[in-house]
Amino acid sequence: MSSRRSTGLAIEAEGLTRSFGETRALAGLDLQVPAGAVYGVLGPNGAGKTTAVRVLATLLRPDGGRARVFGHDVVTEADAVRARVSLTGQYASVDEDLTGTENLILLGRLLGLRKPAARQRAEQLLAAFGLTEAAGRQVKKYSGGMRRRIDIAASILNTPDLMFLDEPTTGLDPRSRNQVWEIVRAVVAHGTTVLLTTQYLDEADKLASRIAVVDHGRVIAEGTPGELKSSVGTGTVHLRLRDASVRPEAERLLRTVLDAPVQLEPDPVAITARVGGAGSDLDAGAQAARVLSELSRAGIVVDDFSLGQPSLDEVFLALTDHPAAPAEDERDETLEAAR
Amino acid sequence: MSSDIATSTGRAPTVYVPSTEALAAVLAPGERPSRPSPLAASLAFSWRAVLKIKHVPEQLFDVTAFPIIMVLMFTYLFGGALADSPRDYLQFFLPGIMVTSVVMITMYTGVGLNTDIQKGVFDRFRTLPVWRPAALVGMIVGDVLRYVLAAVVILAVGLVLGFRPDGGLLGVGAGIGLLVVFSFAFSWVWTFFGLVLRSEKSVMGVSMMVLFPLTFLSNVFVAPSTMPGWLQAFVKANPITHLVSSVRAAMSGTTDASAMTWTLLWSAFFLVVFGTLTMHRYNRR
Repeated sequence: MSSRRSTGLAIEAEGLTRSFGETRALAGLDLQVPAGAVYGVLGPNGAGKTTAVRVLATLLRPDGGRARVFGHDVVTEADAVRARVSLTGQYASVDEDLTGTENLILLGRLLGLRKPAARQRAEQLLAAFGLTEAAGRQVKKYSGGMRRRIDIAASILNTPDLMFLDEPTTGLDPRSRNQVWEIVRAVVAHGTTVLLTTQYLDEADKLASRIAVVDHGRVIAEGTPGELKSSVGTGTVHLRLRDASVRPEAERLLRTVLDAPVQLEPDPVAITARVGGAGSDLDAGAQAARVLSELSRAGIVVDDFSLGQPSLDEVFLALTDHPAAPAEDERDETLEAAR
Repeated sequence: MSSDIATSTGRAPTVYVPSTEALAAVLAPGERPSRPSPLAASLAFSWRAVLKIKHVPEQLFDVTAFPIIMVLMFTYLFGGALADSPRDYLQFFLPGIMVTSVVMITMYTGVGLNTDIQKGVFDRFRTLPVWRPAALVGMIVGDVLRYVLAAVVILAVGLVLGFRPDGGLLGVGAGIGLLVVFSFAFSWVWTFFGLVLRSEKSVMGVSMMVLFPLTFLSNVFVAPSTMPGWLQAFVKANPITHLVSSVRAAMSGTTDASAMTWTLLWSAFFLVVFGTLTMHRYNRR
């Protein structure tokens, strides 16, 4: 048997469109996902991430455009695609009335294993995912983290070449989230390509080797995490001034020092600015230090100061000039997509 | 209570630490098994339906308590008025109420499918490279078990109340067989609505709207000769009427060839038309 490790492109999508009534969930989405790594699809609620995944996983037909997974067309060669992918997401789950073992046996049999082999595979997977104790319990009695693990275990039952993980850590506590990350790393190390959708920049940053930022059903930026962040700035300074009346002066000063967008917050003493952008030789910390010393020299008193990573909101603001406010209720979109 | 169990297991002393070696071992690609046959895939799905009955036995309420109530209620409500006694009425009425109850239960196929879709289980099934109708066939095969159970419960109640079929065991068995064949085919109407409609409530609503006239405007409760002409015309065309006639004949030890032919034709019609529509809808997305 030749190696399953894939080379070249796992996914090629061109101009995918899909509407639900008046809502354009996909508006000409292009995607090129190299095989053998984690590819992050980053976007706010309602950006079209789930719809894109559903089209690529053959669950939904696009209205227009085309997509290939390992060279197979997702519409005309759906079966060939299905044989090589698996999907885990909020809406592609396991049967919560059944126990962990029963769910995995069921899927094993559906993938062509005989019952003893399916049982053996189920036990093996449950052990690797720390679910042996919970094996005989109905999945609806699992905690959020356990639930996500059984979902992922179900997805690697037949060691897929491409795994879709649709917001795998949304709603998880930090520890469970870390566990999912570890699992994703192990899956990729083994040679499976992972397409991961997320709302969190830090998640995409930690796991993905490339990221596509999606908004209103379109890719608005694409590149390595480093490229994306340098286009946006590596950090954000948040300042709270003692006196609201000096804010215009502070804003002017920040603009001159940083040569980057400065944002006035609804709170009349708060001000936010991007640092560490491509336009400056200084790193974020050095720039922040300069901001503080310049403010102090101008006699502007700062009560509170923090330096953080840019949030998804700020990435969005930088890329689109509009905040990442959810355009539509994602649940509506996905339920619509589930019809 | 259940959430306590879940959180306490997630916490110490059993904190899960993903082990790279253990994960690598389960990820090692073995020989990929060959695709299961349509039959094997359908059987796997019907195994799921049976497991669901095992884990959620409350769902058997529809196929046990509901039919018992139907039999008792109508036997004593109409028995005195429509025949000399409830016991006499029962000889005529039992096959009809059996058909009514089981056909009404078929709507839970649509409700169950709709719930599966809402919960997202179907999305995973639909990404599997298996024979496409298997998930639905398996589900309906599981439901057929429920139909048989309901029919047997009704028969038992009937026997207790004094139903004495002339057809004997064979005739009763043939009657139930016809009913199950029809119900299997008729279930595809509800899989279609289960896929098309938005919520399980609307599936219920549509089902009731179809099922009430279909079962009541038939020969289940009274002989059609007592009805006005226009209604008789509907009753005579109603598939439920044909089904009831053929089941009644079988249970009384005779054969109504025309009713049986119509029943099988209607069954084929529902299976072909709504089975096709269902699969079209299932694959369409």
